[in-house]
Amino acid sequence: MYDIGSIYQATSVADAIRALQADPAALVIAGGTDVLIKIREGKLAGCSLVSIHELTGELSGITLADNGDVEIGPLSTFRDVTFSPVIREKIPVLGEATDMAGGPQLRAAGTIGGNVCNGITSADSASTLTALDAVMVVRGPAGERQVPISQWYKGVGKVDLAHDELLVKIVIPREHYEGFTGHYIKYAMRNAMDIATLGVSCLVKLSADKGTAETVKLAFGVAGPVPMRSPAAEAAVSGLPIGEAIEKIGKAALGDVNPRTSWRASKEFRLQLVEELSGRALREAARKGGAAV
Amino acid sequence: MEVGRSIPRVDAADKVSGRAKYTDDLCPRPVLEAKILHSTIANGWVKSMDISAAQALPGVVKVLTCFDVPDIQYPTPGHPWSVEKGHQDVADRKLLSRRVRIYGEDIAAVVAEDEITAQRALELIKVEYEEYPVMLEPEQAMAEGAVAIHEEKPDNVLAKMDLRTPIADDRYENVEQVLDDPQFYQFRGHYATQQVQHCHIENPVSFAWMEAGRIHVVTSTQIPHIVRRVIGQALGIGWGNIQVIKPYIGGGFGNKQEVLYEPLNAWLTTQVGGRCVRLDVSREETFQNTRSRHPISFDVAAAVDKDGNMMARSCTAISNQGGYASHGNAIVANAITGFRQLYPDRIGHHSTAYTVYTNRPAPGAMRGYGIPQCNFAVECMMEDIALKFGFDPIELRLKNIMPLGYVDPFNGITCHSTGLAECIQKGREAIGWDELREKYKDQTGPVRRGVGMACFSYKTGVYPISLETSSARMVLNQDGTIQLHLGATEIGQGGDTVFSQMAAEAVGIPTEDVHIVSFQDTDTAPFDTGAYASRQTYVTGKAIKKVGLEFREKLLSYAAELFPEAKDLTISERFITDGAGEKLISLEELATTAFYSLEHSVHITAEGTNHCKENTFAFGCCFAEVEVDIPLGKVKVLRMINVHDSGKLINPALAAAQVHGGMSMGIGYALSEDMKFDPKTGRLLNGNLLDYKMPTSMDHPDLTALFVETDDPSGPFGNKALGEPPAIPVAPAIRNAVLSATGVAVNTLPLSPQKLVEEFTKGGLIGHV
Repeated sequence: MYDIGSIYQATSVADAIRALQADPAALVIAGGTDVLIKIREGKLAGCSLVSIHELTGELSGITLADNGDVEIGPLSTFRDVTFSPVIREKIPVLGEATDMAGGPQLRAAGTIGGNVCNGITSADSASTLTALDAVMVVRGPAGERQVPISQWYKGVGKVDLAHDELLVKIVIPREHYEGFTGHYIKYAMRNAMDIATLGVSCLVKLSADKGTAETVKLAFGVAGPVPMRSPAAEAAVSGLPIGEAIEKIGKAALGDVNPRTSWRASKEFRLQLVEELSGRALREAARKGGAAV
Repeated sequence: MEVGRSIPRVDAADKVSGRAKYTDDLCPRPVLEAKILHSTIANGWVKSMDISAAQALPGVVKVLTCFDVPDIQYPTPGHPWSVEKGHQDVADRKLLSRRVRIYGEDIAAVVAEDEITAQRALELIKVEYEEYPVMLEPEQAMAEGAVAIHEEKPDNVLAKMDLRTPIADDRYENVEQVLDDPQFYQFRGHYATQQVQHCHIENPVSFAWMEAGRIHVVTSTQIPHIVRRVIGQALGIGWGNIQVIKPYIGGGFGNKQEVLYEPLNAWLTTQVGGRCVRLDVSREETFQNTRSRHPISFDVAAAVDKDGNMMARSCTAISNQGGYASHGNAIVANAITGFRQLYPDRIGHHSTAYTVYTNRPAPGAMRGYGIPQCNFAVECMMEDIALKFGFDPIELRLKNIMPLGYVDPFNGITCHSTGLAECIQKGREAIGWDELREKYKDQTGPVRRGVGMACFSYKTGVYPISLETSSARMVLNQDGTIQLHLGATEIGQGGDTVFSQMAAEAVGIPTEDVHIVSFQDTDTAPFDTGAYASRQTYVTGKAIKKVGLEFREKLLSYAAELFPEAKDLTISERFITDGAGEKLISLEELATTAFYSLEHSVHITAEGTNHCKENTFAFGCCFAEVEVDIPLGKVKVLRMINVHDSGKLINPALAAAQVHGGMSMGIGYALSEDMKFDPKTGRLLNGNLLDYKMPTSMDHPDLTALFVETDDPSGPFGNKALGEPPAIPVAPAIRNAVLSATGVAVNTLPLSPQKLVEEFTKGGLIGHV
């Protein structure tokens, strides 16, 4: 039973923006895997919706730009991302992360844009996009603007997106992925159909001899109210021999994170996971890059 | 032989193709929709309710509140009714309640033209409450000065039991003296289980209407005849005024061995002129407002002699009953009994049990009926005793398991057959126990492996604690096939298939010639109390055998009329044959003749009741191999083998499937499932299938089901219980495997990651938190 007041099927991005301007209470629905759950729970009962579900021509697809940037249409589903040849070749860690969301049905319906626009810290694509320093391209009545993902999250469920704006592109600049290998660990209570208790995404650029972690990027979901990087850990281990980096990164990350105790998991438990999983994620990332660890 | 064949389920094609009709498939549309208003406090009273705005909403047909319902308290558990007042179930529920006993209490209902209107109307109802402190644990409810949740039980103790077996050694006066005797190893332990839910696929939906002055209810239930009785009791009307129909159901596991919303729905239709009312409940309501498995805590003590003989034990169990009695004390009574029976004490046993009202959603029957709880306690205890005093855990069990011929001192249930020792041996070999225990002996490092095991015993049906009765009817068709009518129910377990096989076996025809009438309609179905207690293949099986043999005799005596010269008539390959094996007449021709004969026309039928006054024990064990990732608190079940003695198997393939399902439930019980509550408000925090962590297919190892087939002399076909048992030994087997891997004994369920990290930290395996 879904108590939906009205739904408007947008015909273009411009049309969707017009519809949002016309209805200050309207919500955007794309894949529907979050919005419909909230409606069913009664939280959004009677809401009006602007659907962008059919705008795949404008908002879907994953391409490699001439300058080498990877451009992801926000209406691409988790499955689209996972099976994209571009993602598989250039940023396999992102496809691995989107393959861990929910189950097969959810991954066929839920979109990567929705995953980052709902502002949820546990979103499976979010920590990897954060580690990749993705750039969010937003369009509104006044035109387009770019928001680095480090500026995107404004609080629990809040992102830098006005009511009449839509996310139209997620860009991963070439220099942010090239030369890096990455690994995402979703720690949850079961191996599918779950939300992360902690998400850890680690990218590493190794030295030519594969012995040194030249640059390390470490990002978390659920280690704080929004997806976050761990600058202290990154600074502490970048430049270290890989084995040492793996050993030290977990402890170094503890100072950056701020998980809370909830009925789902205690702060102490999440800190234990932060410490343990950071090293494991770096180890796997380095292994994928050819390090003998 | 029809019994013992692994034939496909008789309902398989309909179910996998979507043709099978479940309750909601049968509901007429349009239909009035009912929705229930649930309280937003856990303990208190509804002082007043303003329904004017809800009533005024267009599309609302009727708003009914806790101030409108009949002043009748009724019982809800799916027990056979007792004609002795002292044994009747506790009648402590009303259709809607002014007294709020749980968070989400049913306090009003809206009937509307559609679901959304009904839902919107609920939100327009204003409620004023008087609020009391929330009590989620028995200790809170039993504390001095605690508010009585039911006025009939001022101390919130629904029932207390104290059972002492006769002392078999005259040097002692009581069990406590044995427990304190320094010549024995002395053991004390505390174990506790959590509240979990069945998570059947189909939520309990029903629809009800009136016709010819009677109330008709179609519902997803395990117990249609009991539903009819309870509707009559709840509404204060004659039971014959009610017709209950049970179609195919999407699982029950005991939750639908309870009369849930059928009485309310039956009453609602009477309040809207008999129009058809559909009452669907969401998954969230199913979690909050239907039954679950009792959390039970156990304080145990044991005295064991130097050879590992169990001399005496005591067990105090406290069962959290939540806001309503439901099955009440029967469950913890079963738990303390099961605790005692598996390893009979040589000198004596003392058990005490309390069932305590609290403000939790009321638990009731759930697969195993108290035995999964006590089995966790007893099998942890055995493992801990073995470890503490240096016994081999398997040898310790073998030395003490229930022997053949055991007779329970209280209820007289007798061990007519046992293959438990063989089950243990079979499992031990199948998993490679001895090699693995040796291999995993001295592990270090963050990831370690272990193997563990647990045994169980389980009675078959409820005799002599309750009535066991079952009826069957067989009706001949013109083509020589038969219809089989039962009151016993198919609830997904494969009942219809094995009933058909048993009928075929008794009559002497192929199972393909038995057409089972799957749906029970209380107007026409023979009486049977339904699917619970792993009783139907045993109790209903006896009725089928009895009626089947009578039906067979009728076929043969009609044949004898047609062939007066023939001798030693029998039925073989769809023919009546004589003693020389000569085919005299096909069953089809015989049947057609019987229907249309100008000399002697008769519709050959047989019908009867078997009042079962027997019981027997089923047995089995579980072996689990696990890998424990210590820093992450994660347990991966690598392999799991259940070995069962359920007597003769009626359908080995279905039996294995039953075991697989039970093992799966056991894995969730062991590792992840746990109903969590906000201690301040009493609200259930994870009442949905995202937050309540049922394992997915990705969380399962390959499951192996093995059997030791004894031939039970009391069973209709040598068979014993199998429905519930597979779920029982899994949790302690996993717990014991984790203990063997890590040396850390976790004494409460579930072994969730956070708990394990805490326990491993306490145990020194994780150093830095």
